[in-house]
Amino acid sequence: MDWLFFGEISLAGLAMGGLYALIGLGFVIIYKATRVINFAIGEIMMFAAYLFLTFAGGMEMSPWVALPLAVLGGSVLGGVIEKVMIRPMLGESPIAVVMVTIGIASILVGLVELVWGADPQLLPGFLPRKPVFIGEMYLAPKIAYGFLIGAALLIVYLLYFRFSRGGVALRATASDQAAAYSMGINVRRVFNMAWVFGSLAASLAGVLVAATGGLSPQFGAIGLSVLVVVIVGGLDSIVGALIAGVFIGWLETVAGAYLGGEYRMPATFAVLAVILVLRPYGLFGTHEIERV
Amino acid sequence: MRIGDAKQSYEADEAIWTSSTQKIWFACFLLALAVFPFMADAYFLYMGCLVGIAVISTTGLNILTGFTGLISLGQAGFMGVGGYTVAWMSINTELPFPITLLFAGLLAAAVGILVGLPSLRVKGLYLAIATLAGSVFLHFIFAEWESVTGGMGGLSLEPAHFFGFTFQSDFRMYFIIVPLAVLMVLGAKNVFRTRTGRAFIAIRDRDISAEILGINLLRYKLMSFALSSFYAGVAGGLFAYFYRVVTPESFPLSMSIFYLAAVIVGGMGNLLGGILGAAFMTLIPEALGLLTAALTPFYPNAPIFMSPMLEIIFGALIVGFLIFEPHGLAEIWHRIRRFFSLWPFRN
Repeated sequence: MDWLFFGEISLAGLAMGGLYALIGLGFVIIYKATRVINFAIGEIMMFAAYLFLTFAGGMEMSPWVALPLAVLGGSVLGGVIEKVMIRPMLGESPIAVVMVTIGIASILVGLVELVWGADPQLLPGFLPRKPVFIGEMYLAPKIAYGFLIGAALLIVYLLYFRFSRGGVALRATASDQAAAYSMGINVRRVFNMAWVFGSLAASLAGVLVAATGGLSPQFGAIGLSVLVVVIVGGLDSIVGALIAGVFIGWLETVAGAYLGGEYRMPATFAVLAVILVLRPYGLFGTHEIERV
Repeated sequence: MRIGDAKQSYEADEAIWTSSTQKIWFACFLLALAVFPFMADAYFLYMGCLVGIAVISTTGLNILTGFTGLISLGQAGFMGVGGYTVAWMSINTELPFPITLLFAGLLAAAVGILVGLPSLRVKGLYLAIATLAGSVFLHFIFAEWESVTGGMGGLSLEPAHFFGFTFQSDFRMYFIIVPLAVLMVLGAKNVFRTRTGRAFIAIRDRDISAEILGINLLRYKLMSFALSSFYAGVAGGLFAYFYRVVTPESFPLSMSIFYLAAVIVGGMGNLLGGILGAAFMTLIPEALGLLTAALTPFYPNAPIFMSPMLEIIFGALIVGFLIFEPHGLAEIWHRIRRFFSLWPFRN
């Protein structure tokens, strides 16, 4: 076995996993606060990445201006979706809400194709091109710097939820909605903020992933990998999303490199199936999932 | 509920037909279905067959999702099992279509039970994700098990045959698909007049009380999975005979979502809704195609916008129906019927 190759693949996988962790975090924030499983998260990522394409490519802005703008656009989209389409579904069965997010995903794919066309596109390169070596191991610079940016936002988020007033409000709403209400927390606003912050994390990850792998209207399929991440980690666990994100990213890349690209999905879904049977609430989730 | 419709016995409550008017209308409907292929041109015939296949599959999913309350994202995978079974059998054996279709249904039912096994432990969204995992594995098998499924290239098969008579045209396929669709919908209707069907509904309404009533949850949930996948398998088999080619891409995830959407748009837990939803969702792309063709002389770019518009309309229908008309087209249908049966009074 070639350990150097294995090391390089693993490193690339772990870096990719860092981005999965970031998307998973966005997913978990939305789920924790509002109990909505968001099947449209991949499409929100895609939308932000296309915005970046327009700002940086078409309008020739500096990428460092375009990136925040695109991420902002993605988060505004998340907020609007919550206000217009998710709020009327409050109190409906979870299945109905999930179907609404699937419908939203379909609408977003159509909109993107309508505006930007169906052909795959490349994002303008904005990350440094100098190869990165960790010891002997080579790591593609796009992946390495993407990981660093993603990790930076991740740390900011964790600190924010730990210490800020908004973060406390979100955690309070997640743990007991009625109590949060009676303590004067504006739960509606928390719901909306959760969608905005969740979409923000996903949007940043969307631009970074698209920068490494290209962009097409099928980009949203990455949402399926994220689904695996959050189920394995536990839907309502931020720590779980981080650990499972890194692990699933690593597993996907290693399976793709050693067995072939067609094994990426089955490998991660096999882990998912095992987790569903043994620990349906995920590795770190709360044990409150109803069982029959 | 109609006026003057008080039921006085259980037989009356279970009866399919509550009035002779209904029987007459149903007879007219059957007659129209029988006459349709002789009047319709090739295009409408083709659409008729597609709607028939969609009705079978949607009815199957309706049994699982609408009546038993188990959401499934694996419908396309089960249809694929049926499609590949039919393709493989018609290539490797000489069996006539009723037998291959039966096998397609049974094998799909077996796979359905396997995929439904997690329903032993999880429900709701977790179950949906388990079925999603099932469909990912099935897609993988379709693409990779080359000696049986032909890999990415898929399989091409001969037309359906029965004692020397071949069904090579849409016209002839219509006479397999549509009678089968009618039979299978009536079959489903009858299931819900038995203990089994009522058990499904009880599980949907509240699984804990169902269990207290003496319903074995695991058994009935798996039964619902099996029945639903049987329908999907038969629909998939017809799909294979109709297009005479199956590839892994014939049964994508979006197809599962399509059928879920058809159930929702039509009306969950309502067989009529399943039929309306299947027909509506199948005809929407065609209606949009006609509109595009009509607009092309004025806007030459119109065809480019058709496929994205379809995605948008598709999503908007799902979202719109869930928010504004959760009971689906069936409820609209009942409202229209109520209007006429109460006319000239309002509501």
